[in-house]
Amino acid sequence: MSERDVFAIPNIQTPSTPVIFDPNVCTGCNHCVETCPIDVFIPNPEKGVPPIILHAEECWYCGCCVDDCPCPGAAKFNWPLPLKPRWKNKESGEVGQLK
Amino acid sequence: MATWHEYLRTEGRPPAWPYPIRFEQEQVIDTDVLVVGGGIAGCWAAISAARQGVRVALIEKGDVSRSGSGGPGCDHWCNAPANPLSRVDPDDWARHMADRPYSNGIGIQIQCREDFDTLLEMEQMGGKIRDTDDEYVGAEGRDDKTKFMISPRYGVTHSYLPIPGMDEPGFNPPEDRNNVVIRVWGNSFKPLLKKECKRLGVQVFDRIMGTSLLNENGEQGARVVGATGLNSRTGEFLIFRAKATILSTSGAGSMWLMSMEHGGYSNMQSRANSGDGTVMAWKAGAALTKMESSGVIGIATGLKHKWYTGAGDASYENVPIVDAKGRRLPYPIQGWEDAGVMVAAPEVEAKIREGILKGEYELPFYGDFPAMAEVERRATWDLMLGEESTTRIFINTMKQGGFDINRDLLQAYKFIEGQSLPQWREAGYGGGIVVDWNLKTTVDGLYAAGTQMFAPEDHSYAAATGRYAGRKAAAYVREVGDAEINRDQIEQEKNRIFAPTKRERGIEWKELHSGLSRAMQYYVSEFKTERLLKMGLEEIERIETEAVPQLFAHDPHKLMRSIEDLSMIEYAKIIIHASLARKASSVPLGFNRIDYPETDPAEWNKFLTFRLENDKIQAGELPPNFWGDMAKQYEAHNKDYTGVYSPE
Repeated sequence: MSERDVFAIPNIQTPSTPVIFDPNVCTGCNHCVETCPIDVFIPNPEKGVPPIILHAEECWYCGCCVDDCPCPGAAKFNWPLPLKPRWKNKESGEVGQLK
Repeated sequence: MATWHEYLRTEGRPPAWPYPIRFEQEQVIDTDVLVVGGGIAGCWAAISAARQGVRVALIEKGDVSRSGSGGPGCDHWCNAPANPLSRVDPDDWARHMADRPYSNGIGIQIQCREDFDTLLEMEQMGGKIRDTDDEYVGAEGRDDKTKFMISPRYGVTHSYLPIPGMDEPGFNPPEDRNNVVIRVWGNSFKPLLKKECKRLGVQVFDRIMGTSLLNENGEQGARVVGATGLNSRTGEFLIFRAKATILSTSGAGSMWLMSMEHGGYSNMQSRANSGDGTVMAWKAGAALTKMESSGVIGIATGLKHKWYTGAGDASYENVPIVDAKGRRLPYPIQGWEDAGVMVAAPEVEAKIREGILKGEYELPFYGDFPAMAEVERRATWDLMLGEESTTRIFINTMKQGGFDINRDLLQAYKFIEGQSLPQWREAGYGGGIVVDWNLKTTVDGLYAAGTQMFAPEDHSYAAATGRYAGRKAAAYVREVGDAEINRDQIEQEKNRIFAPTKRERGIEWKELHSGLSRAMQYYVSEFKTERLLKMGLEEIERIETEAVPQLFAHDPHKLMRSIEDLSMIEYAKIIIHASLARKASSVPLGFNRIDYPETDPAEWNKFLTFRLENDKIQAGELPPNFWGDMAKQYEAHNKDYTGVYSPE
C-alpha cells in the first residue's frame, strides 16, 4: 500500500459486508441490485463485475439477493460477527459455528 | 472489489451516483385505481382491481418482486377455515378470532371467508400450496387426497395464549383439530404476484415512495383523487391522478429504536417500514384508531425471524427444546402436542427460570432436531423455515456451514439473550386506518388493506384484504367521474420533499431518526403520564422546528430516508395525542398510565379515533364491535362476490 492510497475517510459502516461476491463467478448481471428491497447495492460503473455495497448497514438480512442470484456461487451471504449461530453434535458434543 | 471503501481505494475516488438525478422533475400518470405499497396486500389489490377491467398503477418503495414483510416468503396460510379439511365454520371461526380485544372484525371476517379462495388463486398463478412432489408423505397433518399440509397452529383455539389442559395426555387428538392453517411453499409467491401484475397490464412503478395523498380541491377530508411519489434512485417527483387510491404500506417499525449497528434493525421489520401510508392518510383527513397501542420489540442477539433456534421463536413447529445436558424443558413447541401454542404460561416461564437458577436446567438450551421424526424434522426445516420470510437465507447458510438437522442440536438464544428493554417498543402492528365493510376509509376515494388497517394480522390476511379492497375500489371507480388535482397541493408537497436537497450541511437522516427514537424512549415508554406525554410532544415539536429545517440529503436514497423520518415524526405525534386521550391503562393495548392505573375499565373498552379537519385534531370513538354482525354484514356487502377467479 503506497502512501497516496491512504484516504481520510469516515469510519466504515458496521456491519460492512452483508454479501461476499466471487468476481470469478459473478457476471455483474445486477439482479441483486434490482431484487434488494432496501437498495443496499448499486451497479458497478464497470460492466460485468459485481455491484458495489453502498448502504450496508441498512440491510435487514432478508437474503433475497443471494437466494435469487441466477449465478450459483456468485454471492455468499455473510452474517455479521455478532450473528453467527452455533450448534452442537448431539452424540459427540462437538460444537460448530457458522463461519 | 465490492464494498464502497474497496472501490475508493482501487479507483482513487468514490463511485458517481449510478442513476440520473432528476430532483423536482415531474411525471404525471393517469389511472383508475392507484395502489400505494407493493407488498402482499398491494399486489393482491392491484391484481384484483385489474381483473375487474380497470386501469391500475402500483407504486412500491423497493422492487415488487421481493419487497415488503412477505417479500422473501410465507410458510403458513393462516385462517383459511373455508378449506375442505377444516372442521370449523368460517363465520364461527371469524367470531372466535375477532373475540380478542381490539381486533379488526371486518378484516378477520374477510380473511376467514375468502382466504382459501385467495390461496387457490395463488395456486393458479403457479404458487405451490400442496405437497405435489410427495416430499412429506407420512407427516402429521398431511392429507393424502388433497396433498394439503395442515399446520398445528390454531389447532384448538388461536395460538397466542396457553390452552388449559395442553399438558395432559390425549390433548389435541387428530379428529378434534380445527385444520384452519395450511403450510405453503411461499418463497415463490411474491415474484409470481409481480408476474401476474405485469400479465394483467398493471403499471408497476418500482423504487417509488408514496409521499402524500391529493384531495379534491386540496381540501383535507375531501375525496382523494391521487397521490404523489418520490423515486428513490433519481429523485423524480411523480404525480398520480386516480379515481380511487388503495393504501397498503406498512406500519412504523422503528419509532423507538435506531440500532442498525446491531445487525439490521434487530426487529421483525425493515427500516423501509416507516408508517408512510398511515401518515399520508392522516394528512388527507382519514380517521385512525388504536394508535396508542405498542409492544416491546422482540429484539435480541437471536434476531427472531432471522435466526431460527427452536422454541421461543415465532416461526418453529414441533422442535423440542432441551438444556445443555439434554433434558427436555416444559416450554411449548408450537406443535401437535400443544395445538400450536406460541408462548408458555407465566407459571411455566417461572418454573424454567427457577430451574435455571437452581441448576436444574443448564444453559444454553438447544432445539433438538434429531429427536424429531425424520419427516417432521424436514417439514419444519425445509418447508417451514425454507419458505418463510427471512429464515430461508438462514437455513441455506446453515446447511452450507455444516449444520445437519439429523445430527446437530441448534443452540437457542431465547434464554441467554436477556429481555428487550421496555423502552424499545414498536407500534407497527397495532394502530392504523379505520375502515368500513368496503375497506373504504373515512375519506371518499380512499381504501386501505393489510397492515395499513388498524389491528392487522398476517400474510394471508394481507392477501385476502388486499384482494377485497381491489375489488371494491374497482367497483367504486365505475360510479365516479374524474377529479382534478390541485396544483397548490402539489407545490406545497414538492417544497416539503425537496427542501433537504437544497442544504449542504446540517442533520442527516440517521441523527434525526435517533433523536426521535430517544424522545419516544424517554417520554412515550412503558409507563406514561400526562406530564411525560406532553413533554414528549414538546420534544418532538422542538425536533420539528429546530432539527427538521436542518435536514439535508445529497442523493435520492438519503432523501427517501429523510422523508421517512418526517413520516415517523408525524406518526409519533399521533401516538402521543392518542395516548393522552386514553385515560385508563390497558393490557391488550400494552398501555400503562401511571396517572390512570385502572386496567381495562369497562367504560374505556372502545376504539379512540382521531382525524384532522382543517389541520385540527378531531377526536371520536367507536364501540368495540362497531362492525356489527360479521357474517350478516359480510353477506350484505358481497352479494356480487363470484369466488375464485377463472382465467380465460
